[in-house]
Amino acid sequence: MANKETMTVNMGPQHPSTHGVLRLVIELDGEIIEKVTPHIGYLHRGVEKLSEHRTYHQTIPLTDRLDYLAPMSNNLGYVLAVEKLLGLQIPERAETVRVILAELTRLKSHLVWIACHALDIGAMTVFIYAFREREKIMELYEKISGARMTSNYFRVGGLSSDVYPGFEKDVQEIIDTFPGYIDTYEGLLTKNTIWLQRTIGNGIISAEDAIDAGITGPALRGSGVDWDLRRDNPYTGYEKYSFKVPVGEKCDTFDRYKVRLIEMREAIKIVSQALKNLKPGPILADAPQVVYPSKESTYNSIEGLIHHFKIASEGFPVPEGEVYQGVEAPKGELGYYIVSDGGNKPYRMRVRPPSFVNLSAIEKMAKGAMIADLVAVIGTLDIVLGEIDR
Amino acid sequence: MGVDNPLGDNIITASLDSLVNWSRKSSIWPMTFGLACCAIEMMATGASHNDLDRFGIIFRASPRQADCIIIAGTVTKKMLPVIKTVYEQMPEPKWVVAMGACACSGGIFDTYSVVQGIDEALPVDVYIPGCPPRPEALLFGLMKLQDKIMSERNSFGSTIGLGERYIPEAA
Repeated sequence: MANKETMTVNMGPQHPSTHGVLRLVIELDGEIIEKVTPHIGYLHRGVEKLSEHRTYHQTIPLTDRLDYLAPMSNNLGYVLAVEKLLGLQIPERAETVRVILAELTRLKSHLVWIACHALDIGAMTVFIYAFREREKIMELYEKISGARMTSNYFRVGGLSSDVYPGFEKDVQEIIDTFPGYIDTYEGLLTKNTIWLQRTIGNGIISAEDAIDAGITGPALRGSGVDWDLRRDNPYTGYEKYSFKVPVGEKCDTFDRYKVRLIEMREAIKIVSQALKNLKPGPILADAPQVVYPSKESTYNSIEGLIHHFKIASEGFPVPEGEVYQGVEAPKGELGYYIVSDGGNKPYRMRVRPPSFVNLSAIEKMAKGAMIADLVAVIGTLDIVLGEIDR
Repeated sequence: MGVDNPLGDNIITASLDSLVNWSRKSSIWPMTFGLACCAIEMMATGASHNDLDRFGIIFRASPRQADCIIIAGTVTKKMLPVIKTVYEQMPEPKWVVAMGACACSGGIFDTYSVVQGIDEALPVDVYIPGCPPRPEALLFGLMKLQDKIMSERNSFGSTIGLGERYIPEAA
């Protein structure tokens, strides 16, 4: 019997295709991967601990920096959880704007996914195009919230301010132009021989294994499991919109790629339905204990000023209890579990990040593959280290 | 001018220092080292809309080929030794850009796990504030770095082993 020895190779944390600071320790038999062990924690910033020392409103900017490719989805999950605990009723206009922005965020996150995934496998053109188009969504973000990435736009009880005049026109332009851009990516990749050879049959994970590992989002749907929180457990008014949930068949990287592309098209459909639904109205819930008074009353009356100051400095008390709220973030189920002791700060906030759970499947997906295909597996999982390490 | 120009306008007279500085500032090759959110803005700056290539800035994946490191994101205590190793692997001359609030000062993450500014470990040349900084801010920071490189003295001499590179204090 030949003596079988494996070689241990370290990939990362400084590696251009580990999407940040992921470190993988790989055991190799020649070029075949025997075992992959992810090492995380290189971006652990203590977000959960920090939130225990901040009021409920002050925690929102921290959530921006969890999954920094999809800040609005993170904000949404968090504010929904707090609102659930408070039992707030959100005005329809605020809900509709939230849906529009959450879906545009999905588009934005998937653009970075396709850019980096393609770049890692060697298709640089897609990266250049996708980042060009992403810039358009960033501009919208900037107009609406003042920041390109860390938007901090949603508030407990609604939105920080109403959308600017001309918002509808800008969104309509995105709805009109983006299907063509997605056609471009498909044209560059779907029939590209190199792309097909690198993705078909790569990173296979069966539906059963995917469910066992707790994978969610496009990675789960690529394995043929029809599960989407927006449809199966609707929040913020998603039940009002009709959209398809794409499902893959072959459980490989190529199917996950197709699922995400269809998801981008469906996101545009949801945005266009929501835009038709957008009617004038209040953007903040009728709960003076929680939401800020209008700027007009803050500037012109002493009661308004005191009211504003009280919420800004002290925050608002949240009834004792615990709550879990999951949302369908671009990468999967993003959940916030908040425990309140009745004070103005969370007693404990736990984030259930989709990337962290999805990453745990990397061992199954990469086993038996060539080392070069590991890069494709990392790309298809679409991980963000900010929310893995928190 | 005082110097004979027998070849007309086909030659340029310059000091060797300026020539070396000019070549260095026109081909800053930063190390790709995305740490967190700022890395996405760094990618956006390198992509089509802002296009860093027109400054001669091309990202390299190996520290051996790089002469500038952009610390783009939060540096944690677990990450710091890795960054130091990468920095030490870079050949001289090398520059450090601290991009974003986290790299400058720890930013909003004043916690047990975060290094409160990369200047605790590396000599930073340019600080770029912002969370994250806009691509224009990164471009401006890199142009400031170019100015700094242009102001260096004895860049040629230090390369051939005569004395040290001298960097005047910023005005």
